[in-house]
Amino acid sequence: MTTLAPVTVDAVMLEARAASLGKRSIKNEAKRVGIDLAIRCIDLTTLEGKDSEGRVRSLCAKAVSPRPGWPSIPSVAAVCVYPNLVAVAKDALRGSSVRVASVATAFPSGLSALEVKLADTAAAIAAGADEIDMVIDRGAFLSGDERKVFDEIVAVKALCGPVHLKVILETGELGTYDNIRRASDLALEAGADVIKTSTGKVGTNATPPTALVMCEALRDFARRTGERRGLKVAGGVRTTKQALAYLVIVKETLGDAWLNPDLFRIGASSLLDDLLMQVEKLELGHYAGADYIPKD
Amino acid sequence: MTTFEYAPAPESVRPRIRERYGLFIDGQWCAPQDGRYFETINPANEAPIAQVAYGSAADVDRAVRAARKAYDKHWRKMKPADRAKYIYRIARAITERGRELAVLETMDGGKPIKESRDFDIPTAAAHFFYYAGWADKLEWAMRAGRTPHALGVCGQIVPWNFPLLMAAWKIAPALACGNTVVLKPAETTPLTALALAQIVQEADLPPGVVNVVTGDGATGAALVGHDDVEKIAFTGSTEVGKGIARALAGTRKRLTLELGGKAAHIVFADAPLDQAIEGVVNGIYFNQGHVCCAGSRLLVEERVHDEVVARLTERIATLRLGDPMDKNTDIGAINSRAQLEKIEELVRSGVAEGAALVQQPCELPGRGFFFPASFFTNVHQSHRIAREEIFGPVLSILTFRTPDEAVEKANNTPYGLSAGVWTEKGSKNMWVAQHLRAGVVWCNTFNQFDPSSPFGGYRESGFGREGGVHGLYEYLRA
Repeated sequence: MTTLAPVTVDAVMLEARAASLGKRSIKNEAKRVGIDLAIRCIDLTTLEGKDSEGRVRSLCAKAVSPRPGWPSIPSVAAVCVYPNLVAVAKDALRGSSVRVASVATAFPSGLSALEVKLADTAAAIAAGADEIDMVIDRGAFLSGDERKVFDEIVAVKALCGPVHLKVILETGELGTYDNIRRASDLALEAGADVIKTSTGKVGTNATPPTALVMCEALRDFARRTGERRGLKVAGGVRTTKQALAYLVIVKETLGDAWLNPDLFRIGASSLLDDLLMQVEKLELGHYAGADYIPKD
Repeated sequence: MTTFEYAPAPESVRPRIRERYGLFIDGQWCAPQDGRYFETINPANEAPIAQVAYGSAADVDRAVRAARKAYDKHWRKMKPADRAKYIYRIARAITERGRELAVLETMDGGKPIKESRDFDIPTAAAHFFYYAGWADKLEWAMRAGRTPHALGVCGQIVPWNFPLLMAAWKIAPALACGNTVVLKPAETTPLTALALAQIVQEADLPPGVVNVVTGDGATGAALVGHDDVEKIAFTGSTEVGKGIARALAGTRKRLTLELGGKAAHIVFADAPLDQAIEGVVNGIYFNQGHVCCAGSRLLVEERVHDEVVARLTERIATLRLGDPMDKNTDIGAINSRAQLEKIEELVRSGVAEGAALVQQPCELPGRGFFFPASFFTNVHQSHRIAREEIFGPVLSILTFRTPDEAVEKANNTPYGLSAGVWTEKGSKNMWVAQHLRAGVVWCNTFNQFDPSSPFGGYRESGFGREGGVHGLYEYLRA
């Protein structure tokens, strides 16, 4: 368990700072570079009860080659699926640079026994997952049992070994920025490779101030230990404008060193379509229309 | 892989600017009596923008007489609800022409476009909206049984740091209370006041209710000395303010002064440090530090001094200094060569007195007046940079050990305009705020303004309040 003292956050000023970063004007060349970067950082996600092999194969095809005929458009970072579909994704992505991420640990609630969570994680890794997106036990955190939260992350990380571990804080359920900061610090101290905002399954997902406070935790962690860990924003990021705003927050809080898929991810499903539309607008000077973008 | 850098994002609106501006007197544009004009330049590139009339004492006299006539013939007799209608019209016109006014403000004064666009112009409009609402409700501002009366002609002299906003702070309550005005804008930033005169003309106010006489200190002195002016409202330097107070002593004229400051910005060890740093940055680097209520003296609890300095050093490295017209610029141009020289002189004195200077690493543009975001550590109360107003992007950092000491150091200044306090402990925040002698104390925030909130100073920061219901009292007699 960490001995780190809780860090407090002033909500009013945090939100003001996030809003002011949101006013950066990203045009022309900056926008083009930002869009490419955003695409490279996407975890293209499908997390629905009705997900099937066919659905996942379609998504994987799009992840590798988002815009057929436009070879300059990069592949996304990863495809994110439920554990049962990891093997399908792994097969579909063979030979590409796209990694397979799996949610695990009784996603999205995290309210199962530790043994079940570990078994869930082990199954995903056995099926070939390169990355694990685990959830923290928010009930334990909010009731003050930080040790339980911490120890579970440590246990999952031990099981993961070299497999990349993203720890989902589910910030929309934590209630205050103080809590988000505390959960970020706990996760990083416990060994998270990446801290991630949300499951996408609750009302409030990633927001700019949430990303900002998590960036501050990452920056302070790097200052303390010399080690860079990553950020993933997820849930509700649908537009190019939103994606660019997150890049700005990362750039101005953590620096350019974080602007790559090793240290920054955006978990999204429909965002890619909007990014592709904006690329076409920049390249062709007009909007081609949604039907010119492959929807999968 | 190409790095994600912001491309230039210049504001594209081109405002209408005349080659030459006359004086706005009695609803008309007219030439100055002795035919003199001066140039106003863009401090970001030193290029001339326009010729502006130099108002002499004779011009001031014409303007005051027009204002008196308008007061007697129209404005004092008008139904208050009708006065409100005109003021609302001005407010709407400012909003409608917001982008154009923002560009003009930035061209003439050097402040970043994001500040003129998001702060100066909307807040100026908000003041007109707010006071328009008061015009027919003045009885409710008074104690029961008292009847509000206007004063007459008000002479208003505004500074160059927030040209249009300061004009709004002065004109809006004066008009709402039934006074007429003669406005003297600052010499280096007359253009938005002249644009406001155009708006007044287009809003069809009775001629003479608002007059704008451009010029320099001599023009202002003529306005202060004019016999038919009932009230002078001045915002500017303490030195000039003292001169005005001396000139008006023993006369019937009323006076409000909003002068300089050397605000203490107190950061306790239990503060939310990341947000406190943002507050500190906003407090001193907003508008290049050309802010009378700037948090220019940072008082840090000694145990977090090193951490605050480290974080602030990192943070100022991310500030973007350059073309004020670029939407991503954080630090624009210093308003004038004279002001730049004053800042440079005080910074040299700080170095000579033994304080340690830290500046943002950046290249300054080859033309125009620029100064990097800077702060001094190892500053002591006896240093000039701890006592004198620098009015630039230069912060002095001092330390304290206890709340008592913080308050003592904070109050140990001839000024008293504003202060800021950062701590997560509410009771400490309130205790410190109660003991600070400053017109406004911001708790866990800084530079918050609203038309409904009064603003003004203690001691050498001036007297009288602007904004809110308090702002009405300065333009009324019971």
